[in-house]
Amino acid sequence: MNVLLLLPILIPFLTAVSALIFWHNRAIQRRLNVMGGIAHPLAGIALLVAVWREGIQATQIGNWPAPFGITVVADLFSAIMVVMTGLMGLIVAVYSLGSIDARRESFGYYPLLHTLLMGVTGAFLTGDMFNLYVWFEVMLIASFVLMALGGHRQQLEGALKYVTLNLMSSALFLTSVGILYNLAGTLNMADLSVRLSNGAVDSGLATVLAVMFMVAFGIKAGLFPLFFWLPASYHTPPIAITALFSGLLTKVGVYALVRIFTLIFVQDIDYTHTLMLIIAGFTMVTGVLGAVAQTEVRRLLSFHIISQIGYLLMGLGLYTELALTGTIYFMVHVIIAKSALFLVSGIVQRVAGSYDLKHLGGLYRARPGLALLFFVPAMALAGLPPLSGFWAKLALVRAGLETTEYLIVAVSLGVSMLTLFSMTKIWAEAFWKDRPDPDRPFAPLRHRRELVVPVIALAALSVILGIGAEPMLALARDAAAQLLNPAGYIEAVLRGAA
Amino acid sequence: MDSVILRTATRYLLPLLLLFSLFALLRGHNEPGGGFVGGLVASTAFVLYAIGCGVKSARELLMISPRRLIGVGLLVAGISGIIGLLASGVFMTAQWSTRDFPVVGKLGTPLLFDIGVYLVVVGVTLTIIFALAEGEE
Repeated sequence: MNVLLLLPILIPFLTAVSALIFWHNRAIQRRLNVMGGIAHPLAGIALLVAVWREGIQATQIGNWPAPFGITVVADLFSAIMVVMTGLMGLIVAVYSLGSIDARRESFGYYPLLHTLLMGVTGAFLTGDMFNLYVWFEVMLIASFVLMALGGHRQQLEGALKYVTLNLMSSALFLTSVGILYNLAGTLNMADLSVRLSNGAVDSGLATVLAVMFMVAFGIKAGLFPLFFWLPASYHTPPIAITALFSGLLTKVGVYALVRIFTLIFVQDIDYTHTLMLIIAGFTMVTGVLGAVAQTEVRRLLSFHIISQIGYLLMGLGLYTELALTGTIYFMVHVIIAKSALFLVSGIVQRVAGSYDLKHLGGLYRARPGLALLFFVPAMALAGLPPLSGFWAKLALVRAGLETTEYLIVAVSLGVSMLTLFSMTKIWAEAFWKDRPDPDRPFAPLRHRRELVVPVIALAALSVILGIGAEPMLALARDAAAQLLNPAGYIEAVLRGAA
Repeated sequence: MDSVILRTATRYLLPLLLLFSLFALLRGHNEPGGGFVGGLVASTAFVLYAIGCGVKSARELLMISPRRLIGVGLLVAGISGIIGLLASGVFMTAQWSTRDFPVVGKLGTPLLFDIGVYLVVVGVTLTIIFALAEGEE
């Protein structure tokens, strides 16, 4: 089903382009934004259903056979990520209607938003290393502009760090792609998998390359010790953009890591995947410790993004079916929980006038509904049953125990406690304690529908994902099985090629 | 800049440059040229006009906002891919006419794609240059 593979890329493309054509008409842009936002996840779901029923889907762009042409391919993991992208796109598209100011809107916010979504979707669907680089660039350039759009001093400062670090990572990525092409003579991922596993490439060199890719994607994913750009920049743009970035951008880096370290670089698992476990541990710990010291909600949550990335990497490092199941389930869970937390903090700021915990307080008494909307994703993030985070962490911990990696299990449990502590800190400061200056009344929430409905949807998803974990875990298990057995992927891509 | 010589020369150069840009565009499939080069040449024509007669009259001459041109160009390029998707089931597969046309030879979706590129390049270049020139004024 070729059309299904391309629709999730074409829909945001057409949305962005039509919004560009109606540059001077904000009303039409807003309408296009919602329409594209709704169509994107629907196309993603259709793709997921097709992959679920008929196996891995692949198409060759322009009908040039693989490995020469560009392959677009979706296995279950890709399809799940595409659905999540569409879903986050819809959530943020609706939230933006109520939270993005008219000035940003008239300077191309909506075209950029959908270009970003197109880049992310493309990165999830491509089966070609160079094409992956191109999608990364599409996504990054859109994100650069989104981050700087509005031109506040603080924003530009954040954007500068973000752009510099990401450009370095892109340069490293591109260099590695060049060397890889020179060594293997192909950039098609399935073909690379074949050539690297049959000994056509020196395994020592392959490992060096693997580590280069690990660094390149590590910067984008926000791994220890390369994460410092993230907390320095993520709190500067409007909260809808921060939520989208936190939900999707670092996850693309993790996706790329999972993809290449299950498909391509699996020659020296003892070395690469152990290295990954060590990095995972450090990422978790530094992220959560950084968060403990923060009092600005957005910065605090930004540090938590990093520590959650550690969990995702832990599953990849353990490299068993259960561990990868955990990683995939965790990815879905954390995208939902994290974005929900950012979006709630945006509402808190609108009601109480600040992001700083010192100035917040008394929200539980004044706005119990809002408190509940914070409580659900926060507890999901901390991993309390029966919410989604619990099952994700349970799978990872069990996988760790099965492979007798007790140290990383201990670290992950400790970090979990600290996450809980961190979430209760926000709870106690922003919601529980009395308002520090009782004279300032809470502001009424304007655009209530656009702001609250997306957050309710995310919180509900988190609960559903937790209570009805079984089907999602089964899906993640199948996706993990596909990742661990790349023969199916290779067959789907190179089918018909000599 | 107010120069009679430049203004007069522009009046003759503009159609020539635009014609040449079309030539480069059409030549591009099998020989050096193409949408990108053609687009650059076409934008030079408008930039020259903007230098000679002012950005405002250059915008009037262009008739369509350069930003909208980017959108239209992307749409045209996208459609060229979608035609392949609808006709053969694979995105971006080239579709060619069965008979030759005078001057240009066989027509096909790659030309449509190139026209899209042409429009995007004109749009992007002029968006940037007009903005810079207006910032200076």
